[in-house]
Amino acid sequence: MTKKIKNLNLNFGPQHPAAHGVLRLILELDGEVVEKADPHIGLLHRGTEKLIENKTYMQAVPYFDRLDYVAPMNQEHAFALAVEKILKIDVPIRAQYIRIIFCEIGRILSHILNVTTQALDVGALTPSLWGFEERETLMTFYERASGSRLHANYFRAGGVHQDLPKGLEEDIAKFCETFPKIINDLESLLTDNRIFKQRNVDIGVVTKEDALDYSFSGVMIRGSGIPWDLRKSQPYDCYESLDFKIPVGKNGDCYDRYLCRIEEMKESVSIIKQCLSKMEKGPIKSLDNKISPPPKAEIKQSMEALIHHFKLFTEGYRVPKDEIYTAVEAPKGEFGVYLISDGSSKPYKCKIRAPGFSHLQSMDYLIKGHMLADVPAVLGSLDIVFGEVDR
Amino acid sequence: MKNLEDLEKKINSELTTKINSSKIKHNQIYITTDKEDIIDVALFLKTNQDTKFRQLIDITVIDYPENNQRFEVVYLFLSHEFNQRLIVKYPIAENEVIPSLTSIFPSANWMEREVFDMYGVSFKDHPDLRRILTDYGFEGHPLRKDFPLTGHSEVRYSEDQKKVISEPVKLEQNYRNFDYESPWEGTKYIKEEIENNDKKN
Repeated sequence: MTKKIKNLNLNFGPQHPAAHGVLRLILELDGEVVEKADPHIGLLHRGTEKLIENKTYMQAVPYFDRLDYVAPMNQEHAFALAVEKILKIDVPIRAQYIRIIFCEIGRILSHILNVTTQALDVGALTPSLWGFEERETLMTFYERASGSRLHANYFRAGGVHQDLPKGLEEDIAKFCETFPKIINDLESLLTDNRIFKQRNVDIGVVTKEDALDYSFSGVMIRGSGIPWDLRKSQPYDCYESLDFKIPVGKNGDCYDRYLCRIEEMKESVSIIKQCLSKMEKGPIKSLDNKISPPPKAEIKQSMEALIHHFKLFTEGYRVPKDEIYTAVEAPKGEFGVYLISDGSSKPYKCKIRAPGFSHLQSMDYLIKGHMLADVPAVLGSLDIVFGEVDR
Repeated sequence: MKNLEDLEKKINSELTTKINSSKIKHNQIYITTDKEDIIDVALFLKTNQDTKFRQLIDITVIDYPENNQRFEVVYLFLSHEFNQRLIVKYPIAENEVIPSLTSIFPSANWMEREVFDMYGVSFKDHPDLRRILTDYGFEGHPLRKDFPLTGHSEVRYSEDQKKVISEPVKLEQNYRNFDYESPWEGTKYIKEEIENNDKKN
């Protein structure tokens, strides 16, 4: 006697704690084996690109914070670089160091969140409690520099908004001394943990070929053994002058990607230390008052400064007609901005290339043939944040 | 090829008639081609030993409503081997159906779906052309220049019907787009006159 068995369709999300936000994943299950995965995204779509087309270049920056909201400044960096290249302006060296410091802080913020929530998804609670304490410290640094913990709006074309407040450099240096110990603590909980390994080793394996075909970048491509990091291969700001290593995985599974992230955090700490030691006093934004606003005090004295201030905050600066694609190595991979300017003070088009978008689209390929319980583990190691996937 | 100029020459000599123009700007190669040739161009760029553009970074469209051929389709490629970036473009008219790259680059799938969703450009031979970012049952293509910033409809929970309903947007105040052109740089017609005089001289 034969029995016809129908596959089971299961909705994973949009309200599932392991879906890392608002992902609706429609799984087709044969028993406990996943036959097909169809991610439905867009539940967090806010039309960022459309909004940017209607704002001046300076007003567009805050929208970048709201993409990958666990590492806001990395996104701002991509946009700032694109505008700077079209305007052909130089960024003062101190501003470059400040930007790198905050980008690396962003990388640590993002990696802590990812590593600990990945552990949470496979059943380990403690790492997230320890990790989030450190994130809080780092967000205080964000707050002291920019005024807000998350949506910083700190980078500008030509530098950063304001100089670091007194004492912040010392406090970041202190953090760099204590943080490696926390990474070690996290590692002692996870790296050799039997359950963690059982859930992650040989799960979601990506070959080198497929990593290229599916447009992977960042940890997803390095985990598969391709040493590709935009900070090294296409350096921006003064990454060239800094000494750091690129951790590369071997097997391309979830466990290797976890190891890469841990090592990257250690490298980030070393980069921050180098920046702090090399940093000197100096200007923190372009001195061209047609692009960066004059100091507030000057406005009360100088007519010229008043005019500049008024024009910058009403019309904004104009950007000559051009097109450019710039990319930065965001914590999640290659974050790019394809900017078309038309000579006015608003971008004609601003396409945002989010790494998570390509990563999530390979979900079907990654999860086919795995068990249902592996879905959160794979999803966790993809490092998905819906702010940037949905834009 | 590591050298950008050599790479540009190589692409031009191999693809000859398929390339309409090429230039180097911002350390990237920009080439324009035709709709019919995009599959061949993409295949060549991916497989040739001297180019090896193994990764498709993104696909997008630029909307120029005033042009006869309204849309410009843009493909961004990356070669890890030679550390080069390349941008391929071609113009199409509204309602034109363009070839899909999903058979060459699997990652093109969602990118093309996004273009379809945002601009309403259809792809031939795409395995699964559905909307991706907008809501189920959404109408219109938001990134077209003639789509209003505030949209056409808004959703809310209706207490009467006990479900989420969609209705036309009602705003207390419309989105206001101010003209901040500097009066002291001259208004539009004066600028045009100056430009015309410059051309005559």
